[in-house]
Amino acid sequence: MEKIPILKMGEFLLVTIQVDMHDRLALSLQDDLTRMISQTEARGVLIDISSLDIVDSFIGRMLANIASMSRVLDAETVVVGMQPAVAITLVELGLSLTGVRTALHVDAGMEVLRSSLNDTNGNETITGKSANRDTYGSNFD
Amino acid sequence: MAVTSTENLPLVSEPDVVAIRRRVREISAQLGFTLVDQTKVVTAASELARNTVIYGGGGIVQLESLNGPRVGLRLIFEDKGPGIPDVELALRNGFTTGSGMGLGLGGAKRLVNDFEIVSRTGEGTKVTITRWK
Ligand SMILES: Nc1ncnc2c1ncn2[C@@H]1O[C@H](COP(=O)(O)OP(=O)(O)OP(=O)(O)O)[C@@H](O)[C@H]1O
Ligand SMILES: [Mg+2]
Repeated sequence: MEKIPILKMGEFLLVTIQVDMHDRLALSLQDDLTRMISQTEARGVLIDISSLDIVDSFIGRMLANIASMSRVLDAETVVVGMQPAVAITLVELGLSLTGVRTALHVDAGMEVLRSSLNDTNGNETITGKSANRDTYGSNFD
Repeated sequence: MAVTSTENLPLVSEPDVVAIRRRVREISAQLGFTLVDQTKVVTAASELARNTVIYGGGGIVQLESLNGPRVGLRLIFEDKGPGIPDVELALRNGFTTGSGMGLGLGGAKRLVNDFEIVSRTGEGTKVTITRWK
């Protein structure tokens, strides 16, 4: 089955949604991310939706679910790159994406994740996880 | 009112929902809709198409390009499913009998210019939306 790749970068997971997602793909992304967060003990998830030309109630619910599940697993979620037309439409649709943090682009999103990590760690040193890059596709489990 | 062209698409499974989004995008772009208006009508179509598949047990959608006196796009979603017992209630934000957020129907209504729903218990549901250029 088709999968959306999840990239591990240091303590963060990066997801770029590049396809017009059908509902089952969205659900499997939600499951895969949850599993990956707990496996890798990731502290943040960055979801790039700049290629999505709509966000409807289903995708919106997926984003909100990912954000709340990751929070339970002690990871912060940031959604980046929402197209302006999509943002305007979301408001009219009535979708508020409560609990989902957003940033304009990937760099800003990374900044949000890093500073939230610093906030929670206070003055302690961050016990290092190696900053190796791994792509997880269909066969990480 | 002149209908420039009409086409029907099946609406039975998830991939059909994706195909309808794509087709509505194409037609609304051809009609000269702004990007925001394209996005609104595609989003409304996505909501209604999913409802037809999930709750209506599948159906069809008719896409009509309108070219006079005003340019617009009309979409008719029709199924022979169980129908909606209380349409007013179903339109309310937050009302769902499934696992959704209860945003689709009301949201679709807000995203278009004309919205009409006819539903009879045991007979099916027909939702007609029009977005003008
Ligand atoms: N075609 C249909 N046939 C039968 N019932 C329908 C149909 N469309 C909608 N409904 C009913 O109306 C309710 C509200 O629909 P709406 O699209 O607003 O919310 P939802 O689909 O439950 O959640 P969401 O769209 O936010 O994911 C549905 O839960 C369902 O009970
Ligand atoms: Mg719905």
